[in-house]
Amino acid sequence: MAKTYNAGVKEYRETYWMPEYRPKDTDLLACFKITPQPGVPREEAAAAVAAESSTGTWTTVWTDLLTDMDHYKGRAYAVEDVPGNDEAFYAFIAYPIDLFEEGSVVNVFTSLVGNVFGFKAVRALRLEDVRFPIAYVMTCNGPPHGIQVERDIMNKYGRPLLGCTIKPKLGLSAKNYGRAVYECLRGGLDFTKDDENVNSQPFMRWRQRFDFVMDAIDKAERETGERKGHYLNVTSPTPDEMFKRAEYAKEIGAPIIMHDYITGGFCANTGLAQWCRDNGVLLHIHRAMHAVLDRNPNHGIHFRVLTKILRLSGGDHLHTGTVVGKLEGDRESTIGWIDLLRDSYVKEDRSRGIFFDQDWGAMPGAFAVASGGIHVWHMPALVTIFGDDAVLQFGGGTLGHPWGNAAGAAANRVALEACVQARNEGVAIEKEGKEVLTNAAKHSPELKIAMETWKEIKFEFDTVDKLDVSHK
Amino acid sequence: MSTMQDYQSSLDDPSSRKFETFSYLPEMDQARIRKQVEYIVAKGWNPAIEHTEPENAFDHYWYMWKLPMFGETDVDTVLAEAEACHKAHPDNHVRLVGYDNYAQSKGAEMVVFRGKAV
Repeated sequence: MAKTYNAGVKEYRETYWMPEYRPKDTDLLACFKITPQPGVPREEAAAAVAAESSTGTWTTVWTDLLTDMDHYKGRAYAVEDVPGNDEAFYAFIAYPIDLFEEGSVVNVFTSLVGNVFGFKAVRALRLEDVRFPIAYVMTCNGPPHGIQVERDIMNKYGRPLLGCTIKPKLGLSAKNYGRAVYECLRGGLDFTKDDENVNSQPFMRWRQRFDFVMDAIDKAERETGERKGHYLNVTSPTPDEMFKRAEYAKEIGAPIIMHDYITGGFCANTGLAQWCRDNGVLLHIHRAMHAVLDRNPNHGIHFRVLTKILRLSGGDHLHTGTVVGKLEGDRESTIGWIDLLRDSYVKEDRSRGIFFDQDWGAMPGAFAVASGGIHVWHMPALVTIFGDDAVLQFGGGTLGHPWGNAAGAAANRVALEACVQARNEGVAIEKEGKEVLTNAAKHSPELKIAMETWKEIKFEFDTVDKLDVSHK
Repeated sequence: MSTMQDYQSSLDDPSSRKFETFSYLPEMDQARIRKQVEYIVAKGWNPAIEHTEPENAFDHYWYMWKLPMFGETDVDTVLAEAEACHKAHPDNHVRLVGYDNYAQSKGAEMVVFRGKAV
């Protein structure tokens, strides 16, 4: 029967609260943590979020009746308590796949985390997780190469890869910068990295940096007989400039470039990832600005969603936090999004903050990158937490070695290989890490000195954003 | 703090040339090689043996020693093939590979007999 038009404001729940709805396999599902304004019932707040992130607006409009709103609307289909939090609750919302342009994480985010986040009826709102249906996943290009292809290109098997961010992060000349890269690579690292702030400043323009870094890579490869790379940061003020730098990196034979996907933007990132696949250049992804979005436990976007968005948009590496270093990261939660980055199928697991099964189909996984405040003593824990498909990046832990970068790199390489060898032998390396490293240091004066230098450094502040898994 | 040491590595010293995983550790003895074979077998990977002249170690493709040992779970059999390859090519690097056919990659790869640096 045809509907009639009644102007005015309707309660959202009349249209958008559908507890009887069973999500379809093709629906995009979202879990929001909602802190409603006082006096707003849960169902109304959930329905309001569903409406404002899909087809609704604040009042009824006659043009609603020119389409089949029941086909296009988002549906709030469940609410749940947040353990240990009396003010907030979880709302589950299903969106029909037709609402989103194929292959566009930009479009998905514009709806899901657009206007709704400033909506007055909710005091705070956090997007905790999104289930992308396989039908949508298959419309995205995803990582340009993925873990397996990168291993083949770089010839690294059976262990995590080793990297280092060149410091000081700002102010070096291009030639001095290349020196620091060369020293790291000849000492045994697989990769070095531009700091995220390094783009093309007056003290070091991108072109000279690319040239000198490539010289460093070439010589280190000839010297060590191993394949090396440096993440050349092509994050730029404009897309044209970004592609210009990427083209030059390819022209001089650089195996890998780098992009900051949040500050650079999802549109630029998706375009660059496509370019990387077309041109056979690996893509390292940094995540500057993520903590602005993901650190507040009640408002923003959880990093597991930002991880999924990056995997869809495209990148061969993504920074994930270290668990053990200087930056934020709860262990179980971190392992949850590491799986979301690398595995082909991840099951719902609330103990790790994962609200939905996620099927990635044939989409490649990306390397997890652990970087920030880590050193040789963290190696046993890092190898245990991250496994082989990770890049472990020691910045200060390489460059801060008393004998310089090459010795620092060698110390890390020896520590890494000793841990992997012991793990393969069946040793519980996290528990027996000290013995493993001490034995390895007998053959490596570089490691011995590194262990003496950093022995006492620890970062044991409590994490701000904890998983809500237990009731008070 | 002991005195600063120079980092010994150069283009004209062939011993500076490394060969990826475990090449920064001391050469493995028989007991340690056995443990690595056990690891590969326990993972369900297919063991294989490859070798090359050390000066060509940078190449992606080394020489296969026979075919990969598909489904082989007997550690002694794998070790015997590695030994046989080493005896036949005493100056070459000999590496042990674990092919992971699910990941379509090598789950493990390491040199178990080091060739003569030239």
